[in-house]
Amino acid sequence: MTDPVSTGVPAGTQAPNRPEQEAGPASSAPPGTTLSEQREAGLVGDAWRQLRRNPLFVIPAIFILIVTSMALFPSLWTSKDPLACTVSGGLSRNAPSAEHWFGTSILGCDYYAQAIYGARTSMLIALVATIGITIIGGLVGVLAGFFGRWTDALLSRVTDVFLGLPFLLGAIVFLTIFKNRNEWTLAAALIALGWTVIARIMRASVLSSKHLDYVQAARALGGARRRLVARHILPNAIAPVVVYATIALGGFISAEATLTFLGVGLQPPAVSWGVMIDQHDGYYHEDPWLLAFPVSLVVGTVLSFVLVGDALRDALDPKLR
Amino acid sequence: MGRYVIRRLLQFIPTVFGALFLLHYLTSVAIQLTGNPVRALFGDRMPPESVLRNLTERLGLGDPCLEQPFSPCLALFTQRLESIFLHFDFGTNFSERPVTDIVAGAMPYTLRLTAIAISFELLVGISAGVLAGLRNGGFWDYWLKISTVLIISVPVVVLGVVVRDFVNLSFGNWLRGLEAVPDAISRGVFAPTWTPNYPLASLIIPGLVLGALQLAATARLTRSSLLENIRADYVRTAWAKGLGQGRVVGIHTLRNSLIPVITLIGTDIGALMGGAVVTEGIFNVPGIGRQVFAAIFTGETTVVIGIVTLLVLVYLIASLVVDLLYAVLDPRIRYD
Repeated sequence: MTDPVSTGVPAGTQAPNRPEQEAGPASSAPPGTTLSEQREAGLVGDAWRQLRRNPLFVIPAIFILIVTSMALFPSLWTSKDPLACTVSGGLSRNAPSAEHWFGTSILGCDYYAQAIYGARTSMLIALVATIGITIIGGLVGVLAGFFGRWTDALLSRVTDVFLGLPFLLGAIVFLTIFKNRNEWTLAAALIALGWTVIARIMRASVLSSKHLDYVQAARALGGARRRLVARHILPNAIAPVVVYATIALGGFISAEATLTFLGVGLQPPAVSWGVMIDQHDGYYHEDPWLLAFPVSLVVGTVLSFVLVGDALRDALDPKLR
Repeated sequence: MGRYVIRRLLQFIPTVFGALFLLHYLTSVAIQLTGNPVRALFGDRMPPESVLRNLTERLGLGDPCLEQPFSPCLALFTQRLESIFLHFDFGTNFSERPVTDIVAGAMPYTLRLTAIAISFELLVGISAGVLAGLRNGGFWDYWLKISTVLIISVPVVVLGVVVRDFVNLSFGNWLRGLEAVPDAISRGVFAPTWTPNYPLASLIIPGLVLGALQLAATARLTRSSLLENIRADYVRTAWAKGLGQGRVVGIHTLRNSLIPVITLIGTDIGALMGGAVVTEGIFNVPGIGRQVFAAIFTGETTVVIGIVTLLVLVYLIASLVVDLLYAVLDPRIRYD
C-alpha cells in the first residue's frame, strides 16, 4: 500500500531527476524510503551545486560564518573583557590604536571586545526570534491551510489582528510590560509581532500544494493526515519559508538596534550592536568611528542575510532554473 | 463583486475589534505589572491617597481590574469601545487635553511626511524599476540590484541618524555658510531637524528617509512585474503591429505591471504611518509617531489606544481599498 504512494511522488514533482533516481534503487530494500530520501537529496543537492558557484551566496555566507563564530566563541577573537572599562588617564573615546583596535567607548571599554561580544547578543536575539516565528507561524499556517473551513477562518482572522498592529508600535507597547528588559524579552516581542508573515506564506503554499495531483493520490490511497502533511505537503511548501526566515533573521538584527535606539531595548551593562549605536549616536562629529564600527557590523550582517536569502530563493525554486 | 465586498466588510469588523482588544490587553497588563502610571506624575513626592484615587479615576484608570495581574479587564474594554465608537470620546492625556485634539494637532505633519515618502517611492521607485526592467542584465539592472539590497540592509535608525548628521548637519552647515544659497534651502530643506520656520521644506528630507526602505521594494516589484509582462503575448502583438516603443512600454506593458505596485503602495500607507515613530523621533517632527511614543513611556494609555486605533483603522481600510481596487484594475481577477 505504501510503495505506490511514495513512488508516485517523485515521478510527479521531480521529472528532471528521474533518470538519476531510476539508476539507483531498483534493486533492494523498501523502495519507498530510498526514493524519497534521494528526492530530498536531489533538491538540496541541486540547490547546493548552484549555490556554491554563486559568489553572491559564498561571500555573504562566509561573513555570516565569521559573525556566528564571534557569537559562539568570542574568546577566539579577543582576550579582553568588554566590560573592563576605565576612564582614568583619558582612556574614554580613544581613537583606534594597536592596543585598542577599534578604540575605546565613551565609558573607556575596549570597543573591539564590545563589537565581538555584541555579536553574541544581537545574533542570539535574532536567532531565537527567527526560530520562534518559524515554529508559531509555520504551525498556524499549516493548520489553517490544511484544515480549511472554520480553522482557517479563525486562524486567518487572528493573523489579521496581529498584522493590523503596526510592527514597531506593537513591539514598543509589548516591551513596556516588562520592568527589566533583556535579550529574551526582546526576542519575545519580535516573535509576538513577527510570526504573521510566515503564517501567511505557509498557508498559501499549503493551500496551493494541497490540491496537487500527487497529494490527492496519496490521500485517495488512504494516507494518514499527519503523513500527508509531513511527507507530501511540507517538503513542497517549506522553500519560501526558509527564504523568508533567512531574510527575517537579518531584519531582526536591525530591529534589535532600532528598539534599543528607541529606549525600549537593552540597557548599557548589556553589550550589543544596538547598545553601541545608541550610546555613541551623539559623538558622530568628534569620533565617527564609534558609530562606524557597530553600524558596519549591523549593515554587513543584515546585507549578508538578505543576499543569502535571495540566493536561496533562486536555488530552491525549480521553476527559475 | 458585491458579495465579496460584504464578505470583506464582515471580516473587517472582528479584525478591528481583535486588534483593539490586543492593544487594550497589552496596555492593561503593562499597568497591572508595573503599577499605576498616574503615581509617576508626582515624582518622588507621596500624594494623599484621596488625590491619587481621584486623579486616577478621572483619567479613566480607576478600574480595580487594573490591579489584578493578567486580568483581561473586559468591562473596561467594552466601556472603552463604547466611548470611542458611540460617543467619539477618545479620553484625555494626563494633562486633560483631549486625545482627539492631540491627534488633530499632530496628524497634518504625519500625513505630509507620509505623502512625501509615497511620492518619492512612486517617482523614483517606479522609474528605477522600469529602467532596470527594460535593460535586464544591463548596467542599470545591476545598479538597481546592488542599491536596493544595500538600502534594505540599512536599519532605518542608522539611515536617519547618518542622513541627519552627515547631510543635514555637515553639508547643511557648509550651505548655511554660503551667501548665494536661499534660506529656504539652507535653513529649510537642510535644517538639522524639523523647524517651525519652514514647516514643509524641513519635512522633505525626513520624508525621503521614511520612503527609502519601501522605495527598494517598489523598485524591485516594478522590475519583476515589468519583466513578467514584457514577454506576454499581447506585448509581442503590440510590437508586431508596429507600435512605437513609448506606446508599447508606456501603455501596454507598464499599465499592467503597475497593478501589484499599487497594492504594495496601498498597504504601505499604514506601515509608513506606524514606521514614522523612528523618523519623527530622529528629525524631531511633532507628528503622530512622536506623540504615541511619548505616551507609551508616560503610561498615558488612552493616548496610545486612541492613536493606535486610528492607525489600525487606516491600515485596515487601506488594505480593503487596495483589495477592491485590484479587481477594478485587473478585470481578470474575479472574486465571486
